[in-house]
Amino acid sequence: MSLIKASATDLLGYLQSGQVSAVELLKQYLDRIETHDGSIHAYLDVAREAALERAESIDRRRSRGERLGALAGLPVAVKDVLCTAGWATTCGSRMLQNYCPPYDATVVRRLLDADAVLVGKTNMDEFAMGGSTENSAFGVTRNPWDLTRTPGGSSGGAAACVAAGMAPLSVGSDTGGSIRQPAAYCGVVGLKPSYGRVSRYGLVAFASSLDQVGPLAATAEDTALLLEVLAGHDPRDSTSAKVPVPDYLLASRQPLGALRIGLVREHFGAGLDSEVDAAVREAVDWFRDEGAEVKEISLPHSRYAISTYYIIAPSEASSNLARYDGVHYGYRTDERAMLGELQESRQRLLQEGDNAGAENLDGTLVRMYRKTRAEAFGPEVKRRIMLGTYALSAGYYDAYYLKALKVRRLIRQDFDAAFNEVDVIMGPTTPTPPFRLGEMIDDPLKMYLQDLYTVSANLTGICAMSLPCGQTGAGLPIGLQIHAPAFHEHRLLQAARAFQQGTDWHIRRPDLC
Amino acid sequence: MPLSSAEVEKVALLSRLLLGEEELRRMTAQLGDVVEYVRQLDELDTTAVEPMAHAAELSNVFAPDEVQPSLDRELALANAPKRDDECYRVPAVLGD
Repeated sequence: MSLIKASATDLLGYLQSGQVSAVELLKQYLDRIETHDGSIHAYLDVAREAALERAESIDRRRSRGERLGALAGLPVAVKDVLCTAGWATTCGSRMLQNYCPPYDATVVRRLLDADAVLVGKTNMDEFAMGGSTENSAFGVTRNPWDLTRTPGGSSGGAAACVAAGMAPLSVGSDTGGSIRQPAAYCGVVGLKPSYGRVSRYGLVAFASSLDQVGPLAATAEDTALLLEVLAGHDPRDSTSAKVPVPDYLLASRQPLGALRIGLVREHFGAGLDSEVDAAVREAVDWFRDEGAEVKEISLPHSRYAISTYYIIAPSEASSNLARYDGVHYGYRTDERAMLGELQESRQRLLQEGDNAGAENLDGTLVRMYRKTRAEAFGPEVKRRIMLGTYALSAGYYDAYYLKALKVRRLIRQDFDAAFNEVDVIMGPTTPTPPFRLGEMIDDPLKMYLQDLYTVSANLTGICAMSLPCGQTGAGLPIGLQIHAPAFHEHRLLQAARAFQQGTDWHIRRPDLC
Repeated sequence: MPLSSAEVEKVALLSRLLLGEEELRRMTAQLGDVVEYVRQLDELDTTAVEPMAHAAELSNVFAPDEVQPSLDRELALANAPKRDDECYRVPAVLGD
């Protein structure tokens, strides 16, 4: 029997009852990857042999009647931004092409402790910067629904592998929408947990006050299943919260009750694609028909969210990425060539009588840093490092960085006020359906504006998820975004699960030939 | 142009990046676009607003002061582009 379309929760039942073994299940996914990943390229690396060995050992332990973890035997894909001990972790960057972490990220450790089978590392925009996976140094990922389009990003591989049936569960990271936007573009579910819900230990840092690790899956229940394994306090991440982890799967199955839904006036304005608008409104109508109370609300500072985000995130990135210096790990420029070049410049300047110029040339160490970073970072990463360096530099700090931190609080206050009136906020995840590969590559600002609806959850630290709620006339997926207050993931999952009980958008899969 | 190419070159040095001529031209235009856009924040009066540096505004997260095993030196050096038995190696910096 084909298990590719079964949900992870169903698969878990088949595994537990012995209808299928972990090895048989894994083989179906590996076959699927073999057939389709050549054209989609969701994976940077597939650990075929290691995964098979692990599946065999889980089957053996099960047959001996051992007590197994919550995901025992389920294949899980991991975004290549999470450290895996002894297994290359590239972040989609030439900088870390040969980097092999000495330890596991806490979430990876939790997956292993839950007896999951790690099947591969998924493709992403370099250092999680981007919304299309086109910034990966190792080739783009294609949208399984239309190979000429982007799967979104930065967790493009993480979403595409679930959409294409190449993994039932997948782990991504979200700094400004990097789980939710690709989930919307690929027609799957993706959840950005509240800040502090999931440990960031071993997550390669992009913007530390915004980064969160989270689950992607085909259904709300599967998302709940995976979140429960990922979530929880970690002494190794001092920003992780000491908040108990509920039984998310159980919580997702609770009846909806009298839900108060807020629709943000500012989210249905200019720039929103009409098909996305219609699909989102129809989804909200479904909730209304189920007895939810829907009211229009305002987030007056939402039009400043992109500016705030694109000052804060690059500022933090410029600081975090300073560690890539060609000394401790990662790429280093060819030293001999670098020294030769410096020598040549110095002689040329001296011949021209430009003694000051020769004096001002970089020292060897500084030039080594600069050449290393210039050669190993891609254009988007360079842009963000420079943008952040600029915003933090003397004379500009108050005008940009400090200003953005203040507006961040205003945005947070908008959400606090809104959640006094409503339980959840619903709206589109993205302003448009997935765009064509190459369409925005030369216009970074236009690309940034696509993040309009997603960045606020990261700035404020609240939780948000995207789930499929419709399709365009051309058959492209559309995502509904739901926001809830911090540490109310159960409310998101409950609403999403109820919606999926009554609709079938989450069951639709792309036609892959 | 909100940014001059001289400013962008200075930022490249501070960022420890090195831009070619064409890259500098493109970067100056693209960063200029973004900087111009984010200046919309100037519309807001934020004099009385407390900055929010972090989503989880925690303070003083202490851990017990106990000696714990740390990363083995060999493991810490394993990914170094250039090393000897106990140190990272960098190009000579003295006499620069």
